[in-house]
Amino acid sequence: MPLSKLETLLETFDMFPDPADRTNLLLDYADQFREVPPEVATRPFPESHHVPQCESDAYIWAMKNPDGTLKLYFAVENPSGVSAKALATILDRTLSGQPARDIATVDCGIVERIFRRNISMGKGMGLMAMVDGVRALAKRALEDKSANGSSTDAE
Amino acid sequence: MSNIDARGYAHPEVLVSTDWVAQHLNDPSIRIVESNEDTLLYASGHVPGAVNVDWTADLNDQLRRDYITREGFEQLMSRIGATKDTTVVFYGDKNNWWACYAFWVFQLFGHSNARVMDGGRIKWEKEKRPLTRDVPSYAKTTYKADDRADAKHRAFRDDVLAHMQAKRQLVDVRSPDEYAGTRLHMPDYPNEGAIRGGHIPGAKSIPWARAINPDDGTFKTADELKKIYCEEKQLSPSQPTIAYCRIGERSSHTWFALKYLLGFESIRNYDGSWTEWGNMVNVPIEK
Repeated sequence: MPLSKLETLLETFDMFPDPADRTNLLLDYADQFREVPPEVATRPFPESHHVPQCESDAYIWAMKNPDGTLKLYFAVENPSGVSAKALATILDRTLSGQPARDIATVDCGIVERIFRRNISMGKGMGLMAMVDGVRALAKRALEDKSANGSSTDAE
Repeated sequence: MSNIDARGYAHPEVLVSTDWVAQHLNDPSIRIVESNEDTLLYASGHVPGAVNVDWTADLNDQLRRDYITREGFEQLMSRIGATKDTTVVFYGDKNNWWACYAFWVFQLFGHSNARVMDGGRIKWEKEKRPLTRDVPSYAKTTYKADDRADAKHRAFRDDVLAHMQAKRQLVDVRSPDEYAGTRLHMPDYPNEGAIRGGHIPGAKSIPWARAINPDDGTFKTADELKKIYCEEKQLSPSQPTIAYCRIGERSSHTWFALKYLLGFESIRNYDGSWTEWGNMVNVPIEK
């Protein structure tokens, strides 16, 4: 089943209808956030990897693995970017190691399913833009047939 | 400039510095309140001892588009362990939009013993001051509130219409694109339902952010604010003034600056703002 890890995680979130429980779950993911390693990118991060509309100043990278799957990396520059860090961790955990063709199908609606009442007005658009950015990199990887084993060249 | 008393404000006592808050963390006469747009932020870490007041769950009526009743305010104050003598200090994300909004709602109930922490949450964070996830517990109080008195601080649509027809001072604090009607919402925010774009006729465009120093979110000095609001935009502090934005949060920030920092004598916040005006039938709109 494509993206079964993501579906499992979404089902886990569905089991936490209480906003306080969901908040704790999201904070756990935010706490586990790991920034893009220096061998992939260093500051100043290129604007081409910046997520438009994200007020937390998120950046995304996708590297192709030799088997054609993708590994996602993120940076979140805003120290208050808790939601962006939580989503970045979730996207990495569930989508890294998946084929680009499957990642390219991720629905932005997962943001609402994950965050529910924890989604604030300004955050929602930015978080959906993060998912959109991941999808765009996956689509680019699919088109970039000659870039096996390298960055998906989002520059 | 960190010395608030030296900035020339009309009412400097309503603004406190991060240093001041740090020195009063254990002061039982102070209640620190965090009010954010991002519902995860308080839980992710807050000023030690601070309580969370959510603008939707705690301050708004859950059925009508209105604020809580006197009874609701009494319950809120009881929950956060505040009495009428408690000095409530607000801070929050988004450069204190929601802190000023909460401060404004508290004024509807006459709790004037209130302050705003200059620079808000981001300044506290950048200064690497302590944050905790420990949620404090305060003994419940019995708080007898006044009935909500909207007239002094809050403008309704009919007030705004009459104000506009009398060609009195209106301040549109939204982004220039929202003012011009080229977009119906803030950049990067969803369209929350305004059918028409533009601004209330006669309103002057003064985006809220002009009141702050962009590097740390603190308010500009009184002289700097006067140059913007009184000289460049020709607003008179002695004339009745109404500020508005999209739902009243950004205009709370400007309301605070004009009322307390520049001493405007009669300034009201139109919380219906563009989500009401841009949907009303047959009211004048300019682009």
